[in-house]
Amino acid sequence: MQKIIKFTVVLFFILILLVFYNSLNRGTNYSTDYLVGNKLTSISLKNFENNKTLTNNDLKKNSYTLINFWASWCAPCRIEHVNLMKLSKEENLKILGVNFKDKTINASKFLDDLGNPYDYLTKDTDGKQSISFGIYGIPESILINDELIVLKKFIGPINDQDLNVIKEIINSS
Amino acid sequence: MLSNTGNFLLIINIFLSSLIIFKSLNCLKINDNLIFKNIYQISLLQSTLVLICFFTLVAAFIVSDFSLITVYQNSHSLKPVFYKISGTWGNHEGSLLLWVIILTIFSFLFLIYNNNHPKNYRLYTLIIQNILILGFLIFIIFNSNPFSSISPLPKEGLGLNPILQDPALAIHPPLLYVGFVGSSIYFSAAIASMIANYSGKFFARSIKSWVLISWTFQTLGILVGSIWAYYELGWGGFWFWDPVENASLLPWFAMTALLHSLLVLEKRDTLYFWSIILCLLTFTLSVMGTFLVRSGILNSVHTFANDPSRGIYILIFLSLMIFASIYFLFTKYKPTNDLINSNSKETFILINNWFMMFYLVTVLLGTLYPIFTDAISNNKISVGPPFYNSVIIPVVIAFLFFMAIGPQTKWIKNKFLNFKSLIAILGGAITINLAIIHFFKSYSLISNLIIISSLFLISSSFFDILKKKKSSFPRIISHLSFGFLILFIGLNHNFSVEKDFNLKLGETKKIDDYEFALLDLKLNQETNYKAVVGELKVSNLATKEKRILNPEIRIYDNPQTLTYEASIQTNFFRDYYLTMSNIDRSEYYNIKFQQKPLMIWIWISVIFLSLGGFLSLFRNAKNN
Repeated sequence: MQKIIKFTVVLFFILILLVFYNSLNRGTNYSTDYLVGNKLTSISLKNFENNKTLTNNDLKKNSYTLINFWASWCAPCRIEHVNLMKLSKEENLKILGVNFKDKTINASKFLDDLGNPYDYLTKDTDGKQSISFGIYGIPESILINDELIVLKKFIGPINDQDLNVIKEIINSS
Repeated sequence: MLSNTGNFLLIINIFLSSLIIFKSLNCLKINDNLIFKNIYQISLLQSTLVLICFFTLVAAFIVSDFSLITVYQNSHSLKPVFYKISGTWGNHEGSLLLWVIILTIFSFLFLIYNNNHPKNYRLYTLIIQNILILGFLIFIIFNSNPFSSISPLPKEGLGLNPILQDPALAIHPPLLYVGFVGSSIYFSAAIASMIANYSGKFFARSIKSWVLISWTFQTLGILVGSIWAYYELGWGGFWFWDPVENASLLPWFAMTALLHSLLVLEKRDTLYFWSIILCLLTFTLSVMGTFLVRSGILNSVHTFANDPSRGIYILIFLSLMIFASIYFLFTKYKPTNDLINSNSKETFILINNWFMMFYLVTVLLGTLYPIFTDAISNNKISVGPPFYNSVIIPVVIAFLFFMAIGPQTKWIKNKFLNFKSLIAILGGAITINLAIIHFFKSYSLISNLIIISSLFLISSSFFDILKKKKSSFPRIISHLSFGFLILFIGLNHNFSVEKDFNLKLGETKKIDDYEFALLDLKLNQETNYKAVVGELKVSNLATKEKRILNPEIRIYDNPQTLTYEASIQTNFFRDYYLTMSNIDRSEYYNIKFQQKPLMIWIWISVIFLSLGGFLSLFRNAKNN
């Protein structure tokens, strides 16, 4: 009996330490890099203006889609907006905007002032949908192909370098 | 220059620690009760040099010597001197040096203050403590060296995280370190006691003061951290069950349990192995906490940078500690015949221990569960306040009753002579509770029970003061303040008022009994930040009371960060707490206003709780 107890105690601690070791190698809790290479499943986003839902099938038609998470209250979103406007001129790329935890009036004003680069505009009023995309702060953008596989993830505003990376990918095929 | 001095001192210290271990082993071979004089001398030298080493780093921070990476990454020449100094331990490398200081000084003090205990026991304690010191010194030199230099010399430092630039946070780490790093000495003593077969009440006496010191400082450290979170994080709460807070609470539970079990060990010579387990557990939990917050597994202000190699090192260290503890426990454990009468002080102290273990396991589960689910199933979840509140609060009610009755009982065998007075106290507590409900407002059943049980503890502690001898005064102070703490938390929770709204300059808004007006916004330039200071008038329409609050939005330059400083007005009855945050592309500001009753009394209760520890420490020192 004593042996069993001793064995269990040792095993218990080994298990805990192994889990600790394992978590160490996972990097930070909030890393969403694992998303790259994965396929997005069950997309369901509400249209910005009406109650239609945007699903997987809508995006499968495009060779490339850039999903951009933004809000009118987010200052870096204004910075990246110029680059989104440039990307909206690309033929191979459609841009899907997800308006994150925002007020409709403010968001519309934002787009009126700065231009609308989005081919599709959806909203995520309570921020719940974005979680399934691994978004934890905005702006963030995800580049997917026609099979809905994540090619690249951009955390923070899309800068000139990111712009070139995206152009390279979409014009390579 | 400072880099070389520091490195040199670190290496000398490694040498000194090894020398102490070597000399102690030699000394153990000689069959008398005398410890070589040079062991004392080397220990003194070791403590002195560690302090000099630390002050070398402090000097580097004061003169902004950016040739040291640590200074470059965590300081800035324009920072006020006070924060330059506190920046020394506001980072991973510097704080490890603080670890080593506590380890060494405790090691030296334990050696000189325990000369009425046998030589073997003292020397083994010294050896084990120095193994710990060596472990940390090696960690510092090879992985986290605060004296690493950088070239070319940077012109300017990167600055200290603004939310760490705060008086409370300047003293929070040293206090907390005396607490949980201090627990290392009874970890060492516990293993030494098993090796040297030095058990029972004498062992209890040798470590009691150290447990009291660490418990008192741990309590204060947690308090200061909590005060900081209250006014700096801007959420108006003071405890969030954040994994990092839990990491400091876990050793506290173990220490509190140990403090009580030592009473039994000292008086009745039983519960020896249980006390040993608690000694080992306290420091193990401290190192585990350090591992969790420093390795980057948990993200918080304590995670200075994500460097997995640090985590690996602390994890190896932790594993060695755990398995050494288990090895000694298994090989030295002798089943003892601890006969305890079910109605005696011993039983009540054991009940305290079981409550503490319950809290410990609950908080440990809540803290580790998300890490486990993430590691095993890739599922990210978080365990929040609802879990802790619903599991812990109901149990606190019973705990408070036992805490009130326990001290009234007698050792060995108890008779309840004062049953009637207990009923009377309970009646009194219920009446006061009903009075609060009658005059103010009603609250939930659980809140009722919490307030009744805390009043029960408070009143019975007051009766204790009236009739008891002076000797139990420290205990009464601590128990009384714990009762008050829970009472104030209960009342604070039930009587807080919170309003959340948007306001623009010149606008006045009326919500329920309150009227808010944003009168003015000023831009102030301070030495290390710019501040937008709001002038808000808050009028209570019912009481006609008016007050001006000045919340700030601070823009720090180095590194560039935005922080929201709450404006807090404290009086003996309540705190007025107001934060203001800007809304982008809008002239409106988001205002959070809270009126929190009895806030200051929560802090005062905790100060008195630890004061009980201090008093007990002085009494204990006087008796020995």
